Order: sequence, then structure tokens, then C-alpha cells
Amino acid sequence: MSKNQMSGAQILLKALADQGVDVVFGYPGGAVLPIYDEFFKQNKIRHILVRQEGGAVHAAEGYARSTGKVGVVLVTSGPGATNAVTGLLDAMMDSVPLVCICGQVPTHLIGNDAFQEADTTGITRPCTKHNYLVKNVDNLARRIHEAFYVAKSGRPGPVVIDFPKDVMMGHADYVPPAKVVHKSYKPQIKGDLAKIEQAVKIMAGAKKPLIYAGGGVINSGPGASQLLTQLVQATDFPCTLTLMGLGALAASDKHFLGMLGMHGTYEANMAMHDCDVMVCVGARFDDRVTGRLDAFSPDSVKIHIDIDPSSINKNVHVDLGIVGDVGHVLEDMIKLWKSGQKRADEKAMKSWWKTINKWRERKSLDYDRAAKNIKPQYAIERLYELTKKQNEVYITTEVGQHQMWAAQHFHFERPNRWMTSGGLGTMGYGLPAAMGVQLAHPKALVIDIAGEASILMNIQEMSTLVQYNLPVKVFILNNEYMGMVRQWQELLHGGRYAESHMQALPDFVKLAEAFGGVGLRAEKKEQLDDVIGEMIECDRPVIADICVDKLESCYPMIPSGAAHNEMIFGPEDETDDPVTEDGMVLV
Amino acid sequence: MTPISELQNTHTMSVLVDNEPGVLARVIGLFSGRGYNIESLTVAEIDVEENLSRITIVTSGTPMVIEQIKAQLERLVPIHGVNDLTIEGPHVERELALVKVLGVGEKRVEALRIADIFRARAVDSTNDSFIFEIVGDTGKLNAFIELMVPLGLIDVSRTGVAAIARGTVVMDHD
Ligand SMILES: Cc1cc2nc3c(=O)[nH]c(=O)nc-3n(C[C@H](O)[C@H](O)[C@H](O)COP(=O)(O)OP(=O)(O)OC[C@H]3O[C@@H](n4cnc5c(N)ncnc54)[C@H](O)[C@@H]3O)c2cc1C
Ligand SMILES: Cc1ncc(C[n+]2csc(CCOP(=O)(O)OP(=O)(O)O)c2C)c(N)n1
Ligand SMILES: [Mg+2]
Repeated sequence: MSKNQMSGAQILLKALADQGVDVVFGYPGGAVLPIYDEFFKQNKIRHILVRQEGGAVHAAEGYARSTGKVGVVLVTSGPGATNAVTGLLDAMMDSVPLVCICGQVPTHLIGNDAFQEADTTGITRPCTKHNYLVKNVDNLARRIHEAFYVAKSGRPGPVVIDFPKDVMMGHADYVPPAKVVHKSYKPQIKGDLAKIEQAVKIMAGAKKPLIYAGGGVINSGPGASQLLTQLVQATDFPCTLTLMGLGALAASDKHFLGMLGMHGTYEANMAMHDCDVMVCVGARFDDRVTGRLDAFSPDSVKIHIDIDPSSINKNVHVDLGIVGDVGHVLEDMIKLWKSGQKRADEKAMKSWWKTINKWRERKSLDYDRAAKNIKPQYAIERLYELTKKQNEVYITTEVGQHQMWAAQHFHFERPNRWMTSGGLGTMGYGLPAAMGVQLAHPKALVIDIAGEASILMNIQEMSTLVQYNLPVKVFILNNEYMGMVRQWQELLHGGRYAESHMQALPDFVKLAEAFGGVGLRAEKKEQLDDVIGEMIECDRPVIADICVDKLESCYPMIPSGAAHNEMIFGPEDETDDPVTEDGMVLV
Repeated sequence: MTPISELQNTHTMSVLVDNEPGVLARVIGLFSGRGYNIESLTVAEIDVEENLSRITIVTSGTPMVIEQIKAQLERLVPIHGVNDLTIEGPHVERELALVKVLGVGEKRVEALRIADIFRARAVDSTNDSFIFEIVGDTGKLNAFIELMVPLGLIDVSRTGVAAIARGTVVMDHD
């Protein structure tokens, strides 16, 4: 052993530091003790002790999505690794760059059903972008650098490193990041110019164009959002965003039609249905967006920009697929548009905007403002109004109606301010994600818009918030129901609310206090502003329990199996069988 | 919009991969997880120095599914490149089968005679059995096996298809 050699655990910490990691979310156990010992001996990298490994992964997601950096997780073998699985798949579905280091039993025990052994690479293979089992300490540094490269390049995603304890304790030379070049993984970044030129030509010929942009714009970095804005303004095309794309174009931009899809606005969905040219920018034609496939935007010529060739022609056949990074492709596209002095037909555009403005008049997000109780939409609206003067506001959500209301009624002017679990729809995401966001942005106002059911899935992380003085605000729209489930039961199952009522709930004010945080409650409409004000002012973790209308449903809605021009706007539309047999099998 | 064909076609894909543990599991997991068909699959190391293996997969699906399969394979990190040989041009496909036939008398003679026509070799024989080795494309092997059924066929073992582009075309790419 030469004297420059380091232990596997030391190599890991050095590699993390060289990769620019400043915080790791983790939970210790027998198989990772040597790593924890190294953490103890240094102070470059901060370790945040979560209360459950699932929380660590979502926290790393929140950190990653709000910064564009790779989130890092450290868990022990067996149950530590399996607890991380949901978060890994969540990151996979939403293209979030993570590196998750899992302890593993020593190599000679692998396969023997050793204590706390799990086939971690086997279990996580379909839930990760890639995973490694490092059996030889000589390869360790290289694998770690590769893991970071894979996690953040191309379409981002989670990478697992399964790290046997004997490898942690073995010794080898360190290899710096600059010396590691990946052999096979080389995603295409620049788009094919000929195709971009063709796209520009199609766009210039459009009479009813629409830009449909998504999470890929966020993934591509803040510059891509600026370019999207430039493209929208240069072309005067209307633009809709997916749930994952919110913030990529400022909500206040007059070209913005709101979110599209199942709970999107009337104008966005009608424009999608009727457009003649669709430019999809970093979005993946998810079923929540397309509705019934054979009736999805039936008359449009479709252009799709995506860095992942498998996203192109997966669900919807497109006429022109451009593989490349959103930022790079948009840059070329704008150049070509401007240099060619392209303009879409002025008369046609005028009439298209006129039609769109008619749809806007439908005011599909309206609700009963005169109601005496707190309507959930009203609560979000007030939250938005009372926080919009704050410098930096970051919103995370749990999953359910509150998530959709947040998407509809909170308005995002910038990218990376909105963290939500879209693809997997993981209840319990929001609180730990907010924790990760707050760590990355200590001065910002970070709010988890939650439901009372979801928040209980990772409520233990309140304890972490208190330990590290992270003043995250949990804003619960408490309807005493798994509202989203209840709404579907109302729509599909004759109002038989099987197991969707939260018959017993904790007193959230006392619960906050028990954790060492602050609890607030608003039961009446006139209390709401004060509670929000108090919550914002508080420099400690807060749970604000907002008692909202229990039976409010989230509209507008494209019922499953329906087309974009078959939206329903309120309970009055539900009566005439909005859902077909075919629609029933969809979720 | 261009109409999308619903026709199922068989495609042969050649996949160049790093020869590392788990790479085959990734490929197979991809096919089972996404509900794609595998009609045959072969794998072997082809470059010891560069540590590369070639996987040949015969699969079937609509054109959109076939395009997806290729794109999904290319997404796997240890994969260097995927060639859809069926689309890319002329190529050679070969498979080897070992076919065991039990029989005596007339049937035994007939089996030998057919084997001769197909250029199958007897690689083992006892008084009442033969093992034939036959090499060819899938169609030829199927035809041979079918003819052997009435002649006492009791066991077949096949390698699956190995394939390579014709002419000067080199499949390996990054
Ligand atoms: C209860 C519930 C209801 C929902 N309702 C809706 C709804 O009404 N409307 C809605 O829109 N969503 C809704 N969703 C979310 C939905 O399930 C999907 O998560 C979402 O629509 C996907 O967004 P996206 O298409 O932007 O893709 P993402 O999942 O963000 O994927 C990004 C795409 O961009 C590509 N990409 C990544 N990086 C780059 C880059 N640098 N350059 C180019 N391309 C890149 C990726 O390959 C991928 O194809 C709902 C979710 C839940 C839980
Ligand atoms: C882990 C997990 N389990 C189950 C579901 C299915 N699900 C989706 S929304 C929902 C109800 C959420 O209730 P709540 O958090 O109170 O939000 P609300 O819809 O009432 O706003 C459920 C059970 C899920 N998305 N995630
Ligand atoms: Mg609820």
C-alpha cells in the first residue's frame, strides 16, 4: 500500500467534494459506518440527518430541482436502500439528477442472505437511470465521477452506487474527476440544424400555432427559460406549460395560456385541440396531458424538441423530432427565425388570438368567491397575493387536489421555484423536498402546499427541520378527505367514498408544537390573511392548518378517456355520464 | 398527420455493450418491463481487450414500437450503439440448432436423408438416436425441425440468431 492511498470511505468523501457537493442527506447504519466516521472527521460537506430514508431522497430532489445541481443521498444497506426506492423512481420519472450511495454487505457475503442484505442493484435497476455495484476499490473514484456525469448529463436522473463495506475499508489511489471520460454515454446536445430550419419553416407557415413546453426547459437551466420567453415573444405564439414546466415562461406573460391537461385551463386545452402547428419543447406527451390519444390535437403538424430520443414518438406520433438540449436548439431556432425575418401570417394570427381570448373569457379557473367558508382556491390565491412581494418564494407540494389548485392559482414568474411530484405522484414528497430547497436557499421563503393526508406520509421530517433550524412552512389545505380520491369516487363510483375520509386526524397545531415548531390554524375566512401573515413572519418551521371546504372538487377537468374539447367545469357537468367504460380503466 | 401503421414486423437488432455484470439483466428487464417481445436473444463477448459484448435480439412490433425499442436500448448507459439490421440494409443471420431424433428402420434412414439435403451434420449417434447439428437462418431451421417431427424428434436446442451487416458496412459505432 503506497502512502498516497486512501480508504474507500475517504475516496468517497474526496470525490463528493471534488464534484462540488456541499450537502448530503442521509441516515446511518452498520454498512455505512466507515463513511460516517469520515464525515465526523471533516467539515467540508454537511450531512443532514433525516428521519426516514424516503425523506432523504425527496430532500435531495428538492435541493436538485431548485438549484440545477445533483442531489446526494447516503443510506445503509437493506432497509435503508429499500426505503429509498420510492424517491429514486420519483426522481427517474421527473428527470431529477441524484446520486444515491447505498451501503452493502461485504462482497464475500453478497448472495448469502446476509444481515441487511438486499439486491440493491436488482431492485433499483428499473428505478434509476443507471446503477453500479462497486466490487473493487480501485474502480471506486472512477465510478463516483461517472455517476455524477450520468446523473446530470442528457436527460437527468438518479444513479445508485451500491458500496460494499469491505470496499469502503479497502485502499486505493484517488482518481480526480478530470481523468474520467465516459466510454459509452454521450447524449446529443446540439440539434440537427437542417431539422431546426425545417421547423422554423413550418412555424412561419402556421395559422394557429401553439408552443407546448415542459420540464425539459427547467432541466436545461435558467437560460433555456429565457430563450423560451424570447421565442414566444419573437413569434407571438401562444404558449402552454405542463405541470413540470411551470415557471419556464412567466405566468404574467400575455402569451401564457396556463397549464394544459387534465386540470389545465380551457384556453390551453382548446388551443391544443385546435392548433395547426404544435411546437413541443422538452415535454413528453404524458397521458395526463394528452387525454384520449386518438383525439389529441388531431389537426396539427407536430414538432418535438427533446434530449431523449425515446421521448419522441413514444405516445404521440410527431412529424419532426429534433434531438438535442432545449437551450441549444432554441438558440439556433431563434437565430434562424430572426435572421430569416420570419413571421406567421398576420391576419391568421390575429384571428387565432381572437379565438383564444374568447376561450379565456370562459374563466375556467373560477370558483365560488362569495362562499362563506374557506375555498381551497381562495386560500392559494391569498397565499400567492400575500407572498408575491417576498424576494424569493419556493413552492413544493404533496399530491392531490391541493397540488392542482396550487398549480392553477399560484403563479410562477421564474423557473426552479416550483417543486412537485408529477410523474410518480408521490404523496409525502412535499415536506422533505421543501427541506432540501430551504437548505439550498437559506434566506428564501419555502412553502409546502399540502393535503392533510399526504403530509402524514413524511411528517417525521418536521423533526429534521427543527434540528437544523430550517423555517419551512407547511400550508395544509385540510379538507379531511383524500380529496382527489373522493373526487374520483364522486365522478366514477356513485359517491361511495370508500376509505377516502380521514376519520381520525392529529391536531396539526399541537403536532407542530410537539415537534418543536409552530402551529397555526385558520377556520374562518377572515382569519386566513392573519394566519398567512404570521406564518410568513415566523422564523421557525410552521404548520398552518387551513380548514377548507370539505367537498370542493378540482375543476376544470378532462375526465379520463375524454378529449381536450370535452372538459367539465363543475359538478353540474358531471351528471350526464362524463366517463365512458373505456375511460374507467384509465387512472 | 402521417398515418401510423399497426402492422407487426420482425426486426433483428445488434447491440454493442460493455461486457459488465448486469448488462444483460438491464436489456432483459427493459423488454419485460415495457412489454416488448423477445423472439430470440444471443450474447457473447466479441472484444476482450475493449471488454465489449454483442447482443443480437430478434423482436417484433409496430413501427412505432420498434423505434421505441431502439431508443430505449440506446438509453441504457453501458450500451455503445444499436443497429436495427432489418432497417439498415442487407445482413446475414445465422442460427445453430441441435436436434435429437429417436427412431429405427425406415424413419432413421429418412431422417439421415433429409439431414443430408439440409446439410445438417450428425454429431452424435446411437443405435436408435441421432443428434443433428444444423446451421442456417431461422426459416431453414424451422423447416428442418418440422420435417423431423414425424421422424422421431424429441429434443431441440437452439442458439438464437447471430447477425451481421453485409459488405463493407461496420456495425460497431458509438
Ligand atoms: C394528481 C396529478 C395530476 C396531474 N395533472 C396534470 C395536468 O393536468 N397537466 C399536466 O401537465 N400534468 C399533470 N400531471 C403531471 C403529469 O403526470 C406529468 O408528470 C407531466 O405532465 C410531465 O411533464 P412534462 O411533459 O413537462 O415532462 P417531464 O416529466 O418534465 O419530462 C421532461 C421531458 O423533457 C426532456 N428533457 C429533459 N431535459 C431536457 C433538455 N435539457 N433538453 C431537452 N429535453 C429535455 C425529457 O427527455 C422529457 O421528455 C399531474 C400529476 C399528478 C400527480
Ligand atoms: C404514496 C401514494 N399513495 C396513494 C396515492 C393516491 N392518491 C392520490 S391523491 C390522494 C389523496 C391525497 O389526499 P390529501 O393529501 O388530503 O390531498 P387532497 O386531495 O385532499 O388535497 C391519494 C390517496 C398517491 N398519489 N401516493
Ligand atoms: Mg385532503
